[in-house]
This record gives sequence, structure tokens and C-alpha cells, in this order.
Amino acid sequence: MHRARIGLALAAATALALSGCAVGTGGAASDDADYDPDAELSGDLSVMGFSGVDEVATSRVEYAEGELGDVKVKLIEGDLDIQQFLSAVASGEPPELLYADRDQVGSLAARGAIIPLERCIDGEGIDMEQFRESAVGQVTLDGKIYGIPEFNQVQVTMANADLLSAAGLRIEDVNGSDRDAMTAANKALTKSDGGSLSVIGVDSKLPEFLPLWVAAAGGSLLSEDGKTASLDSQEAIDSLTWAVGIYDDQGGFSAVKAFRDSADFFGEGNQFATNVLGAMPMEQWYINVLNEVSPDAPMAFDTVRTTSGDPIAFAGGSAWAIPSGTKNAAAACRWAKAMTSVDAWKVAADARIEAREAEGKPFTGILTGNTTADEQIREMVTSGGEPWDSGIAAMYEANDNTVSLPANPADAEFEQAMQDAVNSVLNGQATPEEALGKAQETAQKALDEGWKKLEDGGGK
Amino acid sequence: MTIAPARPGGRVQEHSAAPGERERGRRRARRRNVLSALLFLSPWMIGFVVFTAWPMLYSGYLSLTDYDVINNPNFVGFDNYVEMTSDPKILLALGNTVFFTLLQVPLYVIVSLTLALLLDRAGRASGFFRTVFFLPKMTPPVAVGVLFLLLFNGQNGLLNTVLGWFGINGPAWTTDPAWVKPGLILMSLWTVGASIIILLAALRNVPTELYESAKLDGAGFWRTSFSITLPMISPALFFVIIVNTIAALQTFDEAYTAFFGAGNTTYSNDAALFYSIYLFQQAFEFLNMGYASAMAWGLFVVIMIVTAIQLIVSRRFVYYEGDR
Repeated sequence: MHRARIGLALAAATALALSGCAVGTGGAASDDADYDPDAELSGDLSVMGFSGVDEVATSRVEYAEGELGDVKVKLIEGDLDIQQFLSAVASGEPPELLYADRDQVGSLAARGAIIPLERCIDGEGIDMEQFRESAVGQVTLDGKIYGIPEFNQVQVTMANADLLSAAGLRIEDVNGSDRDAMTAANKALTKSDGGSLSVIGVDSKLPEFLPLWVAAAGGSLLSEDGKTASLDSQEAIDSLTWAVGIYDDQGGFSAVKAFRDSADFFGEGNQFATNVLGAMPMEQWYINVLNEVSPDAPMAFDTVRTTSGDPIAFAGGSAWAIPSGTKNAAAACRWAKAMTSVDAWKVAADARIEAREAEGKPFTGILTGNTTADEQIREMVTSGGEPWDSGIAAMYEANDNTVSLPANPADAEFEQAMQDAVNSVLNGQATPEEALGKAQETAQKALDEGWKKLEDGGGK
Repeated sequence: MTIAPARPGGRVQEHSAAPGERERGRRRARRRNVLSALLFLSPWMIGFVVFTAWPMLYSGYLSLTDYDVINNPNFVGFDNYVEMTSDPKILLALGNTVFFTLLQVPLYVIVSLTLALLLDRAGRASGFFRTVFFLPKMTPPVAVGVLFLLLFNGQNGLLNTVLGWFGINGPAWTTDPAWVKPGLILMSLWTVGASIIILLAALRNVPTELYESAKLDGAGFWRTSFSITLPMISPALFFVIIVNTIAALQTFDEAYTAFFGAGNTTYSNDAALFYSIYLFQQAFEFLNMGYASAMAWGLFVVIMIVTAIQLIVSRRFVYYEGDR
């Protein structure tokens, strides 16, 4: 009897302890801060996820600190650790401000970890019209804006002009506008030596660029409201079949990846400088890398093109968001406004120009996510001669023609389903139809669950 | 008091009070001993309760909930466990893990034993080689994962270059799904150092008289190995097998770094999706803490069963000197 009582007491204590440990904010997403552009601010502002150390970052930080007056700013070092951030929010001790990839914003918003910014935007008078539409789309969930976007990453077609010329090809043959021509160009550029690949003709950059190829074919992997996946659409199947075919014509993805992995990607022995890669689409920052480490590489540039010949790029970038339960939302909002303002970007451009001039290098521009800032900074670009000027022109043209996937409450699961599908096709384990069909089911299930939770108030 | 004094004086008094007094004294001493023991054990006990027992208990509770770290856990009963049975990735990850374990553990033990036997005969050089073999064990697993990609690269990797010298066209270890697991198994042999040291210590403890007697009786190398060496080191061998089986079932670091980490943010290879990696993805990428906790308990049960089977089987093959 005595033992039974002790057992019962222990069980009850355990249950109590466990339920007591089941902490969570329940998505405390209320926002009662006063946002006023003329208000004098004070207090602390800790920023998580922002680890910029170059002149573009430090000059803007300096500018934003000036805008915040007496606020004590603390930048938490290191890239964003989502787990650490969520734990901080759940324990009621969140940072005042969060810096995240735009494709993480939907999931964070759906869980109630960050707050909608309508009051911040209205109160501080942030002009959302100045931001790229595709960037704003990535931080808008269920009609509410959860992030102030900054930076834009776009893709540009990069090719080895010497290899193209030797094969009787032009950049237009490898920019995606004519997929049959690109397949033929790939075959013409590819070289093998003793059974091993010695020149990669074209790298279609799977799995990461499938959304780009689908968009270039006129499709999208997700509906505009972020609720319906279309991973098994005809455009997706056709694009995947074609892009995988590029690898198959070179002996399979396995061979291409092994060869690609052995390259000195960031050094002077990169694939273009050593004439072992014909062409590939790549993010614009790689133009700077190439210019830096191999200024004499025989490059040719263009935008990536849709199947009807128009320029296109799939945008990515970062955003500022305010965590739930933040203690100084007013300062966080002012900071987000300041860091993404045209003036801050101009300060950053000046700092970059100064740094580049000191190295005797051209200023190749900054893609800010802010259309007004982009236009003004473009005027400040200095010439690096050909082919680099063509590369910068292609970069800006791509920046004006971006698309993106909308925010959704199951970002990570959606992306994983897509990547799993592409990988299984690349590894020869499934056909594009089978793989994308399975991915569609997985992604739609995750989306349905995510939206249901959001509608049930899970994320408040 | 019914005990009659046998001898005069206080001695009788002392004698008459002795049993109760002695018992109390013994109890006090025992209590003191227990307290001292608890005091010495307390750092471990506190560590065990805080960092092992409590998280385990709590994860058991979380496995019955839908929990995303930020919102309150929502009790869902055994839904997570039921969902596991229909999740094709669980089956894939479990299959990969079992395949890896079945091949890696025997190979690991054979290589460890072979090298330990060689070291046992190395004489004075043994100390030097012991250090050399143990050094890779000190390498962080993340570095080993990166090293794997370099050494096993199908195009320019060192392994295929060496195979090429013998006219063998090596496979694409890091990209061909059929060769990814064999590659990881080979790479895992990099860290046999610790097992070598354990087995070498066991080999050194085998009484030399046994070998001398066997030699006098005309026993050859194989007979000596199977009748003396293996039985005498069987406890150490069993320990190495148990520990490596558990480690193989939980394998994570090297495969994650090589195929799912920063260097491969988009391209991953299903052939390297081990159970612990999928568990990590569910917990820290998709934030399905409840489901991940259920997965952790699933793995715990599997390891318990495998270890129990090994313990039962060991009764027939492991010889302890203290046994009759």
C-alpha cells in the first residue's frame, strides 16, 4: 500500500514536471509598440543572424546606429541558427531583431515566431513600393508582410568564350532560350579522356535550379497564394527531364558531380579559367569571384532566358523580421527601415567603391532588393572592361526580371520534397514523372498541415 | 535485562549493552559509508539525471505530442508512432543503417584485430605504431566527412588514383548510390585506433604459459589462435563488437557532413540517409520535435533488442576467466 502510494506520487510528480516543462509562447504575436519615425528611441537592440563583416555591412550598420540614437545595438555573432532562435522565443527571451533568408520567413511566421509588420511599416513610414515585387512576395504570408527584404541574388548564364568559339557556338546557344540548341551545345562542348570526363559541356545546376528552369518554361512549382504545390506539372516534368538529360549526355550526373567537386571553385584554377566547363547558370556573386581570381578567364555572359527568349532569374535574398515577444520592437523597426533605405545602400556603395579602388578593381554594383537604390547604385558602377561589363549588364537585366516562390508555412518540407525528387532522378532511382508525383504528394501534405495549423491559430 | 553477569565489574554492563550499541554503531558506519559513496557519486548522478535520464523521460513525453519548439506541445497519443509505420523514408533510412551496420561492424572488428595482432608482434616499435593508429581517432568527424569527399572523389580522389595504378577503374564513391555506403564503410576504418588499443591490451594479457603448453603439445598457429587467443580475448572482442554496433546504428557525423551539410545544401544522396540523419532533419530542419522524439525511441528500442540478442549469443562464445 505504502509502495503504491509512493509510486502514485512519483507518477503524479513526473506528469506535473513534464507538463510544466512543456513551455512555449503559444505564438505570442501581439505587437503593442509605438512606431513613430520622429520618436527618440532608447533601450537595447540585439540582432540575431546578421554576421556581415564586409564594408557593405559595416558601413550600413554604422548608418543605422546613427538613425537609432541612444539605442545600444548588439550584433549576435554567427549565422542564424533557427533552433537557437526558436528556443529563445519559446523561453520568452527573443532577440529584438532577426535576420533570416527570405525563404525561411513563411515557416517562422506560420509558427508565430515573428510578428506581422503592418504597424511597423505604417508607423515608421516604410515605402514597400520601393522593394522588388518578388522579394516582397517571399516575405508575405496570408496577405501579411513579415519581413523587410534586402539583397537580391539572381542567376546569370556564364560561359567559356574560347570553348564556345572552338565548338562554333554562341552564348545564345547555352542561355536556355532554345533547349534543344542547349542540349546540342552540351554534346558539342563535352569532352572525355580515356573514359573520364575532361570537359563538362553544360552544367544545368540541379537540383538547386529546378525552380528557375520551371519558371523559364512558363510554370511555377507553387501557386501564388502558397497553398497548392504543382511539382508534378507538365512544365516541371519537362524541365527536369531536359535538365537531367544534360547530365545523361555526359555520362550521368554521378560523373559530372565527381568532376565538378574536384574543381578549385573559388581559386585561380576554377573551371572557367582551366577550360573544363563550357557553360552554366550561376548566381551573380560568382562574377566577382571570377574577376577577382582569374581576371583573364575567357568569359561570356548573358541572362538566363525563358523558352521565349526573355530574361529571367529566380530571386533569393535576406530579410529583417521582428520576433514575437521582442522588448524593443520600435527600435527593431527603425533598424530594418534604416538598413534597407536608399541612403544606407548609397553609403555602402561608396564604401565598396573605396575598397575596390584601393585594390585597383572595378566596382561591380550591389543588388539591394530596393529598386530605387539599385537604380542609383547602377550609376556608380565602374568599368572593368570586357567581358566583365557584359556580366554586370546581364546581372542588372536579370535583376529586373525576377520571379520567386511565395512564402508558405512549410518552406523546409516543400524544398526537401523537391530536392529529394530531383536527386532520385539524378541518381537513376526514379523517372521524373514518378519522382515529381511523389514529391507533389509529400509537399502538398506538408502545405495542407502547415496552412491548417495557421488557420487553427497555431501561429497566431 | 535477563543476561546474568558472568564476570564482575563494568565489563558485564558493557557486555550486556553491546549488541544494541554495536548494531547502532554499525548502522551509523553504514550510513556514513553510503553518504560518502553518494557524495563521491553525486557528480555523475547529477549529470546522469540532468543530461540523460531527464531528457530521455521528457523525449518520451514529447513523442506523444505534436511539438514545434515554439508552440505548446499538443498531445496526440501514439499518432507519431503510427505515422512512422507508413513513412517510406523511415524504411529507407533504417535499411541504409542496417546495411551499414552489417558490413561495417565485422569489417571494423577484423581490421582492428588484424592490426592489434601485428602490433602485438611489433616489439619495441609497437608504441610508435599504437600512437600512429590512434591519431586518426582524434580527428573531428566533420573533418573526416570532408576528407571522405576528397579522398574518395571518383574523378581525382586518392583512392581511385591508387586503384588506377593497378589498372582498376574505381567507382564514383561519393556520387554513385551503389557505392556511397561501401565508401563510407571503408572511410570508417580510419578510426579503428581505439579498438586496436583495447584488443592489444587483451592480447598482452593472455598468459604466455598457455602458448608454451600449446606449443609443447604441437599446436600450430591456427589451433593456438582459435583455442587460446580468441577465447582469452573474447570479452574484449565482445565489448568492441557491442560498442561498434551501437555506434554504427547511430552513425551520423561523417555521412551528414559529406552528403547533407554545408557543402551539399541541395544535393543529397538517399543512399547515405541514415536513421540518425533523418531524425536530425525531422527535429532541426522541419522542427517536428514530437515525431523526431518518437523516432529516437524507435532507435532506442532497436538498439536494445540488438544488444540483448548480442548478450544472449555472447553467453556461448565469450569466456570470462572468473567463470567456472
